[in-house]
Amino acid sequence: MLSEKIKKTINGIRHQFPTEQALLLPILHEIQNEYGWVSMESMKAAGEFLNLPVSKVREVASFYTMYRLDPIGKVDVQICTNISCWLNGADKVLACAERKLGIHHGQTTKDGKFTLTQVECLAACGTAPAVQINQDYFEQVDENMMENLIDQASRDLDAGKEVGKSTQKDGEWP
Amino acid sequence: MMYNNEHFEPVITPNVNVPGCETIDFYLQKENGYKGLEKALKMKPAEVVDEVKKSNLRGRGGAGFPTGMKWSFMPANPVDANGNPKPKYLVCNADEGEPGTFKDRLIFTKTPHRMIEGMIIGGHAIGSNKGFIYIRGEWFKEIRLMQKALDDAYAKGFLGKNILGSGFDFDLVIYKGAGAYICGEETALLNSLEGKRGEPRLKPPFPAQVGAYGMPSCVNNVETFAAVPYIIDKGWEKYAKMGTERSGGTRLIGVSGHVHKPAVYELPMNLSINDIIEIAGGVKGGKLKAVIPGGASAPMLRADECHVLTDYDSLAKAGTMAGSGGLIVMNDTVNIVEATYTLLKFYEHESCGQCSQCREGSHWLARMFKRILDGGGTQDDLDYIAKICGNMAGQTICAFADAVTGPALSSVRKFRGEFEELVAKGGLKGIGKKESASHKLVGAHV
Repeated sequence: MLSEKIKKTINGIRHQFPTEQALLLPILHEIQNEYGWVSMESMKAAGEFLNLPVSKVREVASFYTMYRLDPIGKVDVQICTNISCWLNGADKVLACAERKLGIHHGQTTKDGKFTLTQVECLAACGTAPAVQINQDYFEQVDENMMENLIDQASRDLDAGKEVGKSTQKDGEWP
Repeated sequence: MMYNNEHFEPVITPNVNVPGCETIDFYLQKENGYKGLEKALKMKPAEVVDEVKKSNLRGRGGAGFPTGMKWSFMPANPVDANGNPKPKYLVCNADEGEPGTFKDRLIFTKTPHRMIEGMIIGGHAIGSNKGFIYIRGEWFKEIRLMQKALDDAYAKGFLGKNILGSGFDFDLVIYKGAGAYICGEETALLNSLEGKRGEPRLKPPFPAQVGAYGMPSCVNNVETFAAVPYIIDKGWEKYAKMGTERSGGTRLIGVSGHVHKPAVYELPMNLSINDIIEIAGGVKGGKLKAVIPGGASAPMLRADECHVLTDYDSLAKAGTMAGSGGLIVMNDTVNIVEATYTLLKFYEHESCGQCSQCREGSHWLARMFKRILDGGGTQDDLDYIAKICGNMAGQTICAFADAVTGPALSSVRKFRGEFEELVAKGGLKGIGKKESASHKLVGAHV
C-alpha cells in the first residue's frame, strides 16, 4: 500500500537522520500528500517499511492535526479563526463558506469535493483573515473572495486540475 | 520619527521590501552576505560564543534566554559510555504558531540566507556538524523556498564539507512538523524531530546534555539565528548598544488586529506599546481597548497600561511578557470575554494531554468562558476561573499551562466589570438560563 514514489522519496532522505523513526513524520506527510488521508492500511505499510510496530505509527499519526485519519474532500478549505483573524472578520468568512458549501465546519460535501475545516493560527496574522486551501495560502480574505475561491476550486476540480498545490510544481520555485 | 535611539539600524530587515531580496546573489552583493561566517570561521569557537554573549542577544522565541549562555552550556567533547565521541546537533525552531506571531515567516520568505548563515556560525560556535530546521508543516511554500536557499548555499560552498577552506563541515536538513502548536516547546520539538508524539520532556536532563536523538543539542529561534551574522560581522558593541542594558539589538514586532497597517516591524526596544501602535498606523475602527504584547500567551494590558516600554524587563515588570513579539491590538468594539474565549478554544485544542492540570484545566476554562457568553455564568465563576488557573500555572511539565492562564487570568482581572455585566445580562444575547448552569458545565460541548 505504499507507492514506489513514496518509498523512493523516503530512501532518498534516509541518510540524513540517525534513526528510522525520524522518518515517520516524513513518510506520513508523503502518504497524506499522495492519498489525501492516512488510512490504517497505509499506516501498516509505513510501519513495515520503517520496522516500527503499527501501534507506534498510529500513536504518532493521531497526535498531529495535519494527518487526516478519515477520508476528506478533494479540496480542504481551512479557515483560521484565531484571535487576529477573528478580530478581522474570520467568523464572517467561515459563515460565508458554510453557507456557500451548505455544510458546517468539520463536514464534507456530499459530492466529496469540499471539506470545511476551522483551523488555528496559520502565522499570517498581519494579513488576516487567512485561509489555506489544500496547501496554498490566501490572505486578507473577505466574503467575496471566499466565494470566488470556492468557485474557482470547483471549476478547477471539474476540469481535472490539481487544486491548492501551486507551490509544489517541479522545477519551479514559488 | 519615534526612533529616539541614535544607534538603531535594522539588523534583519533592511531590504525586505526590495524585489529579489530572498536570493543568494542579493544577499552576497547587497547585504554583505556570509561575511560574518567568513570572520567567524577564523575565530575560535569560544571566541564566537563570547562575542554573542557580550552582544546581549536574547532568545527571540518567547522565553528570552541569553543566547550566548545557551551556547556555552554545550559540552565541549561529549563521549558515550564506550568513550566514543558523540555528535552535537543544532536545531532551528521554525514552528511558528503562537497566535499573533508571524515574524519568522517574513525571514523565511525574504531573507532566508541570514538565518542559514547564523546557523552555520552557531554550528561552528558549539562544535556541531549537523543542524536541523524544524518548520511548521503548513508552510508548504516557505519550506520549498528554504530548500532552494539551502541548495544555493550548498552550491556556493557555504554548507557541506570544508566550508570556505576552513576544515569545518556543516550540513543542514529540513524537518517538517505536522500541525501541533506544542512542538514549538523545545523538548516537544526534539521528540517530534525524532518522529515521536510532540510531548514535552521533563527537565533535567536539559537538551544541552540529552537533546535530539539522545545527543547534546541546542535549539534556537529563527530570528535569534538571523541576528547572529550582524553581531559577528559588525561586532558585539554595535549590536548591544542598540538595545537596553540587559537585552541587545532590535526586535521584530508583528502588529496585528485592529491597526491600519498590520505588519512586521523591526524596532528598537525603547519604544512603548503606544509608540508601536502609532507606527502601525494607529487603532482602526474605534478606540484602543486592550493589547496582547507578546503573542497569545502573554497576559493582556489595558489601554491605560500601554505606555509601558517593550523590552523584556519592562514588560515583565508590568506583569506580562515580551514573548514572541506578536502584538495584538483590540479596539473598544471587542468583547473581551469573547476574545479570550477564541484563545482558550485554541489552547483547549492544542494541549498535548500529558499533564492532567493542563488537559483538564484548558477544557474547563474554555467551557466556563463559553458558559458565561451563553448566559449560564454566575458571579462565582469569576473567582473559580482564578482558582483553576492557580491549579494550572507552574504545576506541569512545560510552560503551556502557564500560557493558558495568561489570557484567562488577565482578562478577568483587568476587565472584571465586563464579565460581571455579561453574567448579569445573561450572556451576549441576554437569553441565558442561570439555573441550568451546573448541568451545562457537565454536558457542555464546546
